[in-house]
Amino acid sequence: MDQTALEIRNLRVYYGDFLAIKDVNLSIPKNQITAIIGPSGVGKSTLLRALNRMNELVPGCRTEGEVIFDGVNIYDPRVDPVEVRRRIGMVFQKPNPFPKSIYENVAWGLRINGFRGTRAQMDEAVERALRAAALWDEVKDKLHQSGLSLSGGQQQRLCIARVVALQPEVILLDEPASALDPIATLKIEELMRELKRDYTLVIVTHNMQQAARVSDYTAMMMLTGEEERSGTVIEFGPTKTIFTNPRDKRTEDYVTGRFG
Amino acid sequence: MVTSSYEKLRYRTPSALASSTSLTRRRRAEEQIVKAVLFVFALVSVLTTLGIIFVLFQETALFFRRVSFAQFFLDTRWTPLFVSKRFGIWPLVNGTVLVAAGAMIVALPLGLLAAIFMSEVASERVRRVLKPFLEILAGIPTVVYGYFALTFITPLLRSIFPQTQVFNAASAAIAMGFMILPTVASLSEDALYAVPRSLREAAYALGATRWEVATQVVVPAAFSGIAAAFILAASRAIGETMIVAIAAGQQPKLTLNPLESIETMTAYIVQVSLGDTPHGTLEYQTIFAVGMMLFLMTLGMNIASYLLTRRFREVYE
Repeated sequence: MDQTALEIRNLRVYYGDFLAIKDVNLSIPKNQITAIIGPSGVGKSTLLRALNRMNELVPGCRTEGEVIFDGVNIYDPRVDPVEVRRRIGMVFQKPNPFPKSIYENVAWGLRINGFRGTRAQMDEAVERALRAAALWDEVKDKLHQSGLSLSGGQQQRLCIARVVALQPEVILLDEPASALDPIATLKIEELMRELKRDYTLVIVTHNMQQAARVSDYTAMMMLTGEEERSGTVIEFGPTKTIFTNPRDKRTEDYVTGRFG
Repeated sequence: MVTSSYEKLRYRTPSALASSTSLTRRRRAEEQIVKAVLFVFALVSVLTTLGIIFVLFQETALFFRRVSFAQFFLDTRWTPLFVSKRFGIWPLVNGTVLVAAGAMIVALPLGLLAAIFMSEVASERVRRVLKPFLEILAGIPTVVYGYFALTFITPLLRSIFPQTQVFNAASAAIAMGFMILPTVASLSEDALYAVPRSLREAAYALGATRWEVATQVVVPAAFSGIAAAFILAASRAIGETMIVAIAAGQQPKLTLNPLESIETMTAYIVQVSLGDTPHGTLEYQTIFAVGMMLFLMTLGMNIASYLLTRRFREVYE
């Protein structure tokens, strides 16, 4: 087993009284791509968003359990969620660049996180991030145009660049390609394989082929418990095993497309 | 049941549809009447506006037959009610702009901060309590604000700056600032609220604090809406009458000192209409010329607000 980046222990997330996900125990391996799969409404995004404390922006959302990152439980009251999010970045389902220039979209995150460099150093950091997101060649001549002027796929890569610029340890991706066409999707997938050299990636996806193509490990989620209302991880392992030789019958049914 | 509806469909041939039965004819007539009535109501508001503009133009034209444009725009004194008549509009414009600008200085920061608080910081429960209070502020009659300015703000100002005159621009401006505060706050809050959640999440996910998200992402994204709110509020401040008539004085003068007594365009119109100026005299016509000036200023601001909203509107999917 590889080194662990995130250790999830007995994680439960409530929306008000509703237990959305329960008793998740998972070790996310470092410098690998971990896919979270499962039917709609099972809590894949909720689980992902629990990993950088994004859920607490939702009123009425409550989290129990631990997520150990770098030796510390990120839900410890002494931990600042702002710091957690800087080190565990996130890319969303729909591209959401800021209504600022392409350059500013990348530079802003650095600036609010206390970047104290010269203009030239900032230029360099922006270029590095855009190169890492495989976007530099397409935008280098129009860095000061609005980020919203780009195509959907380019916007999504800009959002990845924005995260990469902060050099986080983990990048969470919530169905990053679901709003994109197949070619743009392919580019994002290629990019993810590039990024895993330096980062740990966790991706939520609806797309079985995508999970099979890009991920190294796969976590399968299903609704369980009384009345089957709360989601949990029912099986976790190397992607190859999950797709070819799953232990759980429900996983097999799901990955072979028998339901879901 | 199934067959009967099927039969109906089957027998509704094109020729049957075309021949209008008495039922469909009555429906069509009803439709026409409703349309006509609604059209008349819509027309009333358009005609009223046109009528006002027409009268304004007509009387203004009569005014300018007796007073030249040069006298109106180049003189620096406004004394049409005195024996030595002077018709320079600028002292009145000065008074209006001074008070409106002062009101904006009060209302903009407070209104925007209130909007940011309600939209970005306050919990749903706090917002539910706070918003009605703001709306009450908007419902207070302006005459109340006027006396609030005269009997509360002015004495306060005089205790801080003893040289303050009894009637002064600052006092009216502060009261007016509170009067337009709900407009600024409410419209700005709408603009902030309309910024997609996904944008806020993106900023939070980069490790931004609440304040950074609000001021550096949400406010810029809502810029057009906020600017439109500001201009609308400014245009209300320019047209506001009661507060300035009560608290700002009746001395048209060119000054930037808010502690002095001034006169705004609206206050001048009130002054003349309350007096016994006979219909058709030059004094009477001055108020239309002043009204015209006022109309053009607010119209200009409304157009600016419209253009701004269009120009800077960010397009989200």
